[in-house]
Amino acid sequence: MSQALLVLEDGRVFRGQSYGAEGKTLGEVVFATGMTGYQETLTDPSYAGQIVVQTAPHIGNTGVNARDEESNRVWVEGYVVRDPSRIVSNFRSENSLPEELKKFGVVGISGIDTRALTRHLRTAGSMRGGVFSGDASKQPVEQLIAEVQGAVKMRGLSLSDIVTTPENYTVTAEGTKVGKVAIVDLGIKRSTIEHMAARGLEVAVFPAKVDAETLLAAKPDAVFYSNGPGDPEAAGAQVEVLREILNQKIPFFGICFGNQLLGRALGFETYKLPFGHRGINQPVLDRRTGKVEVTAHNHGFAVKVEGGPEVASPAGYGRVSVSHVSLNDDCVEGLECLDIPAFSVQYHPEAAAGPHDSNYLFDRLVELIQKNKAAK
Amino acid sequence: MPKRSDINSVLVIGSGPIVIGQACEFDYSGTQACRVLRAEGIRVILVNSNPATIMTDPDFADATYIEPITPEVIESIIIKEKPDAILPTLGGQTALNAAMALHELGILEKYNVELIGAKVDAIKKGEDRQIFKQLVLDAGADVAKSVICGTVDECVSAAAELGYPLMVQPSFTMGGLGSGFAYNEEELRRICESGLQASPVTQVMLSESILGWKEYELELMRDTNDNCVVVCSIENVDPVGVHTGDSITVAPALTLTDREYQNLRDISIDIIRAVGVDTGGCNIQFAVDPTNGRVVVIEMNPRVSRSSALASKATGFPIAKIAAKLAIGYTLDEIPNDITRVTPASFEPTLDYIVVKVPRFAFEKFPAANNTLTTTMKSVGEAMAIGRNYSQALQKALRSLEKRGSSFNWDGALGNVAELLEQIKTPTDGRIVQVQQALRAGATAEQVFDSTKIDPWFIDQIVLINEVAADVAAAPSLDETVIKLAKDHGFSDAQIAQIRGLSEAEVRTMRHAMNLRPVFKTVDTCAGEFPAETPYHYSTYEEETEVAPSNRKKVVILGSGPNRIGQGVEFDYSCVHASFALSDAGYETIMINCNPETVSTDYDTSDRLYFEPLTLEDVLEVIHAEQQSGELVGVVVQLGGQTALGLAKGLQEAGIPILGTSPDAIDLAEERGLFSKILDDGDLLAPANGTALNLSEAEVIAARIGYPVLVRPSFVLGGRGMEIVYDQAGIRDYFDRIADQGIVGPNHPLLVDRFLDDAIEIDIDALFDGTDLYVGGVMEHIEEAGIHSGDSSCTLPPITMSDSQIARVREATLKIAQGIGVRGLLNVQFALAADVLYVLEANPRASRTVPFVSKALGITLAKAASLVMVGRTIKQLVSEGHLPEKDGTYIPAGSPIAVKEAVLPFKRFATKDGRFVDSLLGPEMRSTGEVMGIDVDFPKAFAKSQSAAGSALPTSGTIFISVSDRDKPQVILPVRRLQQLGYKVLATSGTAAILARHGIEVQVVRKHTDDNSVAEGPSIVDLISAGKVDVVVNTPSGSSARKDGYEIRAATTAADKAIFTTIAQLSAAIGSFEEVIAGPFAVKSLQDHAIDRAVALAN
Repeated sequence: MSQALLVLEDGRVFRGQSYGAEGKTLGEVVFATGMTGYQETLTDPSYAGQIVVQTAPHIGNTGVNARDEESNRVWVEGYVVRDPSRIVSNFRSENSLPEELKKFGVVGISGIDTRALTRHLRTAGSMRGGVFSGDASKQPVEQLIAEVQGAVKMRGLSLSDIVTTPENYTVTAEGTKVGKVAIVDLGIKRSTIEHMAARGLEVAVFPAKVDAETLLAAKPDAVFYSNGPGDPEAAGAQVEVLREILNQKIPFFGICFGNQLLGRALGFETYKLPFGHRGINQPVLDRRTGKVEVTAHNHGFAVKVEGGPEVASPAGYGRVSVSHVSLNDDCVEGLECLDIPAFSVQYHPEAAAGPHDSNYLFDRLVELIQKNKAAK
Repeated sequence: MPKRSDINSVLVIGSGPIVIGQACEFDYSGTQACRVLRAEGIRVILVNSNPATIMTDPDFADATYIEPITPEVIESIIIKEKPDAILPTLGGQTALNAAMALHELGILEKYNVELIGAKVDAIKKGEDRQIFKQLVLDAGADVAKSVICGTVDECVSAAAELGYPLMVQPSFTMGGLGSGFAYNEEELRRICESGLQASPVTQVMLSESILGWKEYELELMRDTNDNCVVVCSIENVDPVGVHTGDSITVAPALTLTDREYQNLRDISIDIIRAVGVDTGGCNIQFAVDPTNGRVVVIEMNPRVSRSSALASKATGFPIAKIAAKLAIGYTLDEIPNDITRVTPASFEPTLDYIVVKVPRFAFEKFPAANNTLTTTMKSVGEAMAIGRNYSQALQKALRSLEKRGSSFNWDGALGNVAELLEQIKTPTDGRIVQVQQALRAGATAEQVFDSTKIDPWFIDQIVLINEVAADVAAAPSLDETVIKLAKDHGFSDAQIAQIRGLSEAEVRTMRHAMNLRPVFKTVDTCAGEFPAETPYHYSTYEEETEVAPSNRKKVVILGSGPNRIGQGVEFDYSCVHASFALSDAGYETIMINCNPETVSTDYDTSDRLYFEPLTLEDVLEVIHAEQQSGELVGVVVQLGGQTALGLAKGLQEAGIPILGTSPDAIDLAEERGLFSKILDDGDLLAPANGTALNLSEAEVIAARIGYPVLVRPSFVLGGRGMEIVYDQAGIRDYFDRIADQGIVGPNHPLLVDRFLDDAIEIDIDALFDGTDLYVGGVMEHIEEAGIHSGDSSCTLPPITMSDSQIARVREATLKIAQGIGVRGLLNVQFALAADVLYVLEANPRASRTVPFVSKALGITLAKAASLVMVGRTIKQLVSEGHLPEKDGTYIPAGSPIAVKEAVLPFKRFATKDGRFVDSLLGPEMRSTGEVMGIDVDFPKAFAKSQSAAGSALPTSGTIFISVSDRDKPQVILPVRRLQQLGYKVLATSGTAAILARHGIEVQVVRKHTDDNSVAEGPSIVDLISAGKVDVVVNTPSGSSARKDGYEIRAATTAADKAIFTTIAQLSAAIGSFEEVIAGPFAVKSLQDHAIDRAVALAN
């Protein structure tokens, strides 16, 4: 196994072995704390542009299979693990993880003190980094650091065009159709679509650059903005489209990036978290029921709402309630408009990987659609 | 919802004595509960019959009742204390069963006491197999096909439908007692018979075989607001077929995809909701078919369990503590996470390390027992290890077992592949090493999988370990890269040394010269996402250490490692007390231990906790890490049993200060020649003796001092290898049997003592500071010398010794303490024969009886000892109030009598042909736990101790007597009295003849081996098996006669009836029979006993 280096922009270097493809990669280094679901993580488009550190030591034990893919490719920019599995043990496995990484050219590193790295990122914040293996690792470290320091920053970055679907497509509803949802694909996960379809929703998926007229022309019962990578501040066009939808009082649901864009459409600011939330054990309080959900998170940005759980939309969309809040750091985890039919959550109710506690939010979408239909 | 305002006092029910399947994990959970409830301002009333526990310390409850856990006794406590609620979910199955009995007898309703933690309905749903099965199916999950049966015949006809092999599980038992797999009708009949007997409701469930499936457990918590969290997933390395308590287990689960794991999580949450556990924890077990992922729910426990203790230690999420808070009304989001302090408990811990638990077995104590692992738990303890990967954690866990041959090894010839592959088909205590040896000898991973059904991932990890060993062997030199590789996969210095043909010390020196030392990471519940405020550490070989510098004076306390027979919770008690006392005295306390069941490994107990194997290497590295800042005052080795004591010498050689009695002084007590000199100097007598290094020496000595002789290896605990030998043939047989155990050899001589017949054995625990001796207590054994002190019942104060005899014991103890140079605790065993006092042995360390003494007399011996070790004098401790003014030899009039009784695990062990092992007591300790009965006089206290030990004396019924000729004269009076009390007497012909001559009406019954000419009708064994005998008195004589009695004793064990195997015991019990007939026990808390003692002292 050839040597590999993980180099951080602040000059810290970890030495390990090459994992997956050999070569070099640059990106924002973030850590994810889930103990299961590496395949879902790797194929989650929200991780585009990021080098993901798995805090769980053993990765790859169960191989990979087509059923558990969240999109049709691996999206992470680079991969950092401690103890990659040497074999695959699972009845559903179709390929080994290192083979899969090689297939998508993902450069990774193994055998490093991932906990020291995680603690470093927790303290210093997420930062740019690079994984260098093979010939790329043989250059002087100073040069590698300089290369990392020259890499693009996540703040201000738009990645939607890279991860979005090139073409429109439709997924039919399972069972009795209860409505139609127009999805703006900012990096959507397959589970999200499956959850909607399973609840009788026909799903029409549009590329990130879709305009309001096209969306409206599909005559959707609701519009949905998906999760996805990048800085919400760089998604001005999608925010404008969203405002059109809100103006039309068409029911809206957003997840993750979609939540941040609803926040911006309503006139709130978004900001970058020091090291983000990436895990499947995050407690979120649903203010409406007072219940706690254990949820899947993957976000580096968040919506800033100040002045209480219920405030007026600065952009004039009426009253907005912070419906969900992180119990770990009080971060805004969900928004609910009280005067227009729109809501969103920062975390992942489709939860793949992760606990299924928040699947009910898809039921809320159905209810919202039905309520809105009934009101007409 | 905040804390309920209507609960001001809570009765906590403990789990009673340590038995297999229910060990000190419930001391850990119960202690946590008591601490939490008191911190919430609730008055805590505790009932637990186990004096060895930390929870029964008077400091942990407002009223502590060391009383039998029976409905009658609990009712008396309820009447006296009027608790608002009862919390039964932290005391294992014992507490849960007691709570159910209270409910069924209408006691809860009568006194308006609420059950908190789990409702009656939820307990029923979780534990009744039929109801549970329906509930699982309703939750959309699957169960193994099954049928509930109430008779053996029903079982046989059900089997025709389900097909063999079949799993048999009795309802309402713990630790899988009575369960097993039946491959044919004969086995089915046998297992069902004992299973039906084991079940309090005479019910067993037969189910389709899921042997070889993967097994998982999830630990959940739920609050009144329906918030549910999964605290931990645990995967069994041994597939279904081996009880989870006997399996090697790993956390988190390592061979599930997220989709599969979330499915188990969803099912678990559906089940906990349906069962209705809404203020506490539960544990759900699953089997997963590795070929298609089919999931079957095995069972759930609606309470805190052994696995939840493991999960708490594995994750840093204190399940019992949180369960107690939920029980009084809090919700999960209202409880802060102790470790991060800023995040709430309503989350799921995530691990960035691997935890491996390995069971500790005691088959060497039961040579006749079949060591095949089944669904009936047989292990007596466990060790847990934490590493940054599986191989590291596994190897650390195996060496934590401190058992010869339990670690992987690469010396010796390669085994025969075919033979090894055949051997590993049967799960046994040593299978993991056999698997490693099979792979080492050339078996493929596939072959090993075919033989064991262990998941290929776990097998590959052993392949990996073998490859690393090969790399170590093949490396041109032992350089940094290769050592680092070995260390990353958990190799000890000793293992590396073995592979390279070096000594352990040489490897360590080389490694230290490279400055290659472990770093210490933190268990933080969150994989590093938030800063951890709690210093709970484990070692690994990586870049960054997380040990925070501190400039305080430090004391390291070595724990006692995995529980085993002879070394259990009693030592943990002492370690925990030392930690508390030294912390109060201003020291920073550092605990090292590897037993996940204990209070000592609670991160709340000491200032710093290192979850590490107790080997010299691992301990030295912790000490080195701590020495980087502050001042290490020293290491406490005398409280952690033989485990800690055994490390003293190596630590001293490494220049580490040992607190208290020095290692050289420890040797004085262990080394026969040196110890004899101390006795000679003090004019003290020992039984005639000698030391032998081999058989011929032993024969010469025995001939000189005369048979019978007591033989015992030096440097062992719990009477390991200790036997009474009656003749030359016996001594030869003994050497044959111990030949391959390595317990006797050049550095480990065999001690041969003249065995004193008809002597009283005495135990004393004392404290010595170099000047003054302070006696904790003098205990008189009820069984005569020859029965291991750990298995013998004893009384405190002594019941037949005069003041002058006690004074002689005290004087002798002082001389020994001075001779050895004790600083701290000393335990001495004496025998008193014909009023001559003999010294049997002295141990300059905490003994098993320290907690018993502390509870019986209110003398906190372990705390005082730890202060003496750091230089305080007994005079100071007395004047500061740490010790009462008068020591344990002071027995004021009206002092209560405390009786300690041992609890034996014979029921857990079957021979190869499926029968119970012999239940005879001897010089080798076999008990797993103990109970205490305390009352105004001996008969009452002894009756309580029998009830607490689970063999309550019957108030009427039939008594069977069969005693050796030697014992016949002594049995007459007791039996006569029993008959007067109304018991019917049966006896074998010989015994019956003697009894009849004394006017005792006795019915002759034939022995198992007699034919009908001796007596008509069923044999005694048949009668016992049929449940027609309530008490059995059977004493053996010589070694041949033992075999005759075996059938009787085995049947009695199976039938769960009281048995007396010594006349001393029976005589002692006569008054107690009278007491049980007279009526229910009176109850009194330790706190009230303490007031009485204080008043007596003041007068």
